[in-house]
Amino acid sequence: MEFLNALITSWPTLVKGLTVTLSLTALTLVFSVILGGIIVALKMSKIRALSAFATAYLAIVRGVPLIALLFVIYFGIVSIVKVDAFAAAAIGLSVHSSAYVAEIFRSGINSVHNGQIEASRSLGMSRVATMSKVVAPQALRVVVPALVNQAIISLKDSAVASFITVDELFMSAQRLSAATFQPLTYYAIVSLYYLAIVGAMTYFSGRVERYFEKRG
Amino acid sequence: MINTASLTTTPRVTITGAVKKFGDTTVLDGIDLQVRSGEVAVLIGPSGAGKSTLLRCINGLERLTAGTVDIDGVRLEYRESALNHMREHVGMVFQSFNLFPHLTALENITMAQTRVSKRSKADARDRGMALLARVGLAGKADSYPSALSGGQQQRVAIARALAMTPKLMLFDEPTSALDPELVGEVLQVMRELADEGMTMVVVTHEMRFARQVADHVVLLADGGIVEEGPPEKVLDAPESERARSFLSQIRADD
Repeated sequence: MEFLNALITSWPTLVKGLTVTLSLTALTLVFSVILGGIIVALKMSKIRALSAFATAYLAIVRGVPLIALLFVIYFGIVSIVKVDAFAAAAIGLSVHSSAYVAEIFRSGINSVHNGQIEASRSLGMSRVATMSKVVAPQALRVVVPALVNQAIISLKDSAVASFITVDELFMSAQRLSAATFQPLTYYAIVSLYYLAIVGAMTYFSGRVERYFEKRG
Repeated sequence: MINTASLTTTPRVTITGAVKKFGDTTVLDGIDLQVRSGEVAVLIGPSGAGKSTLLRCINGLERLTAGTVDIDGVRLEYRESALNHMREHVGMVFQSFNLFPHLTALENITMAQTRVSKRSKADARDRGMALLARVGLAGKADSYPSALSGGQQQRVAIARALAMTPKLMLFDEPTSALDPELVGEVLQVMRELADEGMTMVVVTHEMRFARQVADHVVLLADGGIVEEGPPEKVLDAPESERARSFLSQIRADD
């Protein structure tokens, strides 16, 4: 009963944090798709310097803990230009996620049989037209479900933004638990929030997969 | 080679000194070959002889290690724009069909017409429907490849290549992936194409097709041409021992 009460009374506080978490996740998704697309294009480039740059980017981003990346970006950027913690967190999360998105794109492209590319090129279709009209539509069925999964990971990762003072969902729970001395209650409540969103996203992911299956 | 009928016609394809190496393996070891306009050339030979590689070198899907390919007197170059321009007029049909699975039969045929040949959507559609009718699949315009049999898919693939109004058609073992009862319908379409005077280079194991349709049979083995000429000469009276042993082997298989 006490838990239920806490669940209800904490809503006004947590919903503000929830809004920040959701916008952070949405921004991360958008920017990591753009960044990941650029990285995969560089990685597959025939120009060796570009593909070496992409390889190094992937190695560094995947080799550094997210929290370290956030700290480096937050304190690094703040020392040059004045940005708020939210922007720093959005950049850090996007960079972190972009490495995984690039790999998702790459495996999607590799999932398309080489004969498809040969057939398209044999018709006189350019490299670019082949990529956009033949490879990309077929890669999507592999890419989209994996992207939804990556979005789920980014949502949970966004809790780390609380370490650089972003007032998001997890931070709200931290403040509530400090004020009430009931950490268990509020961390349990905030976990339920995450669980509910992830549940909704998983449901959506299932729908997306079925949509692609139906198209044969 | 003396062939009085062909002396009057111009070469469509001229391959000179073609060498292809994959790493240390030499697949083509200095091939010279001419295919004249309107001629059907059939490439036969044991697997690993380099037939498919030679075919794929004609439209630049494989890059020659040495030697040259000329199509209608234009030297094959590997620059993107030159390749695209050449391929616009050289159709290719693959063993595994390679239809685009996310597009309907008709869309498979119209895509390159609108994007490469810059035809209007309506023109491409009309041409696509006419070609589907020609390969006997007018009723399958809106079917996706997954809903078509192998033979139907291959006929759509032929129509897709023909939509570009090619002056040369390359066939890479077009019936090898088909169930035996579906081979005939594809060969029939190819036979009609040959009757209409299309210049064709065909890699196949179908000896009956070679005998009936080919003007020019080329027997490759170990990266070289061991025998070439009209089908009755190459298939019935081969001069080389290598050719005789290959032909007796496939007869035994029949």
